[in-house]
Formats: sequence, C-alpha cells, structure tokens
Amino acid sequence: MELVLIVISAMFVNNFVFSRFLGICPYLGVSKKIDSAVGMGLAVIFVMTVSAAIAWFLDQILISLGLGFLRTIVFILVIAAFVQFIELFIKKNNPSLYDSLGIYLPLITTNCAILGLVLLNSMLKLGFLGAVFNALGASSGFAMALVIFAAIREKLELYDIPKPFQDLSIALITAGLLSMAFLGFQGIVK
Amino acid sequence: MADKEQNMAWYTFKKGITNENPTYVQALGMCPTLAVTTAAINGLGMGLAVVAVLSLSNLMVSLIRKSVPKDIRIPIFIVVIATFVTMIDLLMHAYTYDLWKTLGIFIPLIVVNCIILGRAEAFASKNPPHYAFLDGLGMGTGFTLSLFLLGSVREIAGNGSWLGIHLWNFKMFMFILPPGAFITLGLLAALFNYIKIKKAEAEKKRQQELKKQQAQAQKA
Repeated sequence: MELVLIVISAMFVNNFVFSRFLGICPYLGVSKKIDSAVGMGLAVIFVMTVSAAIAWFLDQILISLGLGFLRTIVFILVIAAFVQFIELFIKKNNPSLYDSLGIYLPLITTNCAILGLVLLNSMLKLGFLGAVFNALGASSGFAMALVIFAAIREKLELYDIPKPFQDLSIALITAGLLSMAFLGFQGIVK
Repeated sequence: MADKEQNMAWYTFKKGITNENPTYVQALGMCPTLAVTTAAINGLGMGLAVVAVLSLSNLMVSLIRKSVPKDIRIPIFIVVIATFVTMIDLLMHAYTYDLWKTLGIFIPLIVVNCIILGRAEAFASKNPPHYAFLDGLGMGTGFTLSLFLLGSVREIAGNGSWLGIHLWNFKMFMFILPPGAFITLGLLAALFNYIKIKKAEAEKKRQQELKKQQAQAQKA
C-alpha cells in the first residue's frame, strides 16, 4: 500500500515537471511531436528506474565509508556511464529499438530529472523498493506530462499566435495552465 | 591594439547579459529558473552560485583544454564542474544555511545545468583562460539578472513584498505557486521578444530612410 502511495504521489501530486520543476529542458525541447515525446518518455522511464536502483546501492556504500559529500560527483558519473553503456547495448542487440530511442539517450545524461530523483531518494532516505517505485512513478509522471504537452503543441501549430508570444512564450504559458490543472491533485496523498 | 583587446574583453562579458542572455534568448537552465524564484533573494542567491561555478569551471576547462583528449572531454568537463559544485554546496551549507535550505536540491543540480556544460563545450574549450573567465562571468551575470527579475515580479505580485520588505497587502498567491512561475516567465519572454521585434523594425525603417536620402542626394 505504501508503495502505491509513493507511485501516485510521485506521478501526480509532486509531478516532476509541474510541481518540482525538474527536466524542463527536454520538456520544452522534445515536445514538438507526439512520436518523439513518447520515445523520450519511454527512455526516461527506463533510465530513471534503473539508475535509481544502482544509485541506491552506491549511496549505501558511500554512507558506510563516510563519503556522503561525494554523492553529486559519483552519481553524475554513474548516470553518464550507464547511459553510454545502455546506448551501446541497445545498438548491438536491438537496432530497431535503437532507431526509435537512440537519439534521446545522450540527451538524458544532462536531464536534471534523473540526477534530481537520485538525490531526492538519498535525501528522503527511502528503502530500496521505495527508491525504485519512486523512480517509476516520477518517470511515468514525466512521460505523461511530456505526451500531454506534445499533443497540445501539435494543435497550437495550427493557430495564429501573436508574434511576440510565439515559441518559448506560448509554450511556457501552456505549461503554466497545465500545471494549474495538476495543482488539483495537491492534498490527495499526505 | 590594447584598445581593441579591451573592446573584445568587454564584448565577451556583455554578450551574456544582452544578445545571448541564457534565460530569455537561449532558454537554457530552465529548471532552477522556475523552481527557486519564489522570492527575489532566492533568485539572487541561486544566480550568484551559478556565477561562481560557471566562471571557475570555465577558467579550469580553458586551462586544461590542450591536454584533454577529444573523445573523453565531456566526462572530464563534468567532473570539473561537479567538483566546483560540491565546493559551493559545502560553502553555502556552512555560511548561508537558510539560503542553502530553501534552494535545497537545486544546488547539487547546478551540475546538470545546461548553461555550464554548454559554455565549457562551446566557449571555454576553444578560448584562452582570461576570455573564458570573462565569458563565464558575463553569462552568469545575465543568468543572475534574469532570475532576479523573475523573482522580483513573482515576489511583488504574489507576496506584496520585495527583498523581504513589505510593500502592500494585495497578494495573488498564484504567482508564488508553480503555475505562476511558468506564466510569469512566459509573459516576460514575450515582453523581451516584443522589444526585440520593435527594435528590428525601427532599425529597418532607419535604413530605408537612409537609402531614400541617398537616392535623393544622387538625383540632386
């Protein structure tokens, strides 16, 4: 039950994009088409969940050695190496998957959502299952936000937007309205 | 010669604030921009932390640029940046505890701020150290000013105060909440776009008139 609550809370109440402001760069960058949004979303779900599991073990080791302050450096290196490894692995074993996910993988290294989640997990001192489910919820929430936003942006292309508001500005205002809708979930999970 | 060099240095510093402003022109580093600007002072603190990391990492990357093998430069840059970020994180924890607490997770997240890796890759790895340092200082200042502006607007509208000084009792809480961040930044971006478009139009008009005058002069 507790795990279900963690997933719901990470996905809706504390949605990474709309209330924690993590992963805004890919959110604004890769949301022009639904197809690429789905690809990016899936890649993030996969990388985030596995990185959370790896980082949990590393965090235990660092804490037991009394090297907690090295967290940031260790985590970012592990994430970067892991993403690189995944890229090579998929390229070799599943070329069709690589074609659909491949270009998004390098972008994920600098996605602050991954490092942010790992640091949050370590700050909240979650157990192993808690950490993994938190990652699952948060990344699904991110993917959901990305796909919704991409769908709206595809429609927006058809409208005549005043010149100063084009591109970045209208995207941010749309995100603001979406975020307002997500405020409705506040208070579901304590 | 000295004059030219000074001009070049000034331009390197200035472009980060105006022409290549990281927030409003390049739309980089959006996460901390939106997250920490609930009050002007938070925006300022975050901005200064970025200035420190960005100028120091730019300097370091530029100093080691000739001995770094090309294939593994990105991981090396990341380690350099992460080292400086950890230093700033520990310093802020020790000396500005309240600010450290409000900025929270976004201080370690400076590591993945696209502005920093972007400048290391695009500028510092190709230019001599003093220019790289100035570039970092300029970009960081541009970022700080953008954050300070956004934080000021949100604090004044949402809390009726500025830098913690009480102004009036009229408060619109929406500006402090997450949607306010997106909408305020969107409106500010539109404002800067509008200024840019007007400027371009005025410039066009001026040039047309100049041409007309020249044509008339030739006729005469």
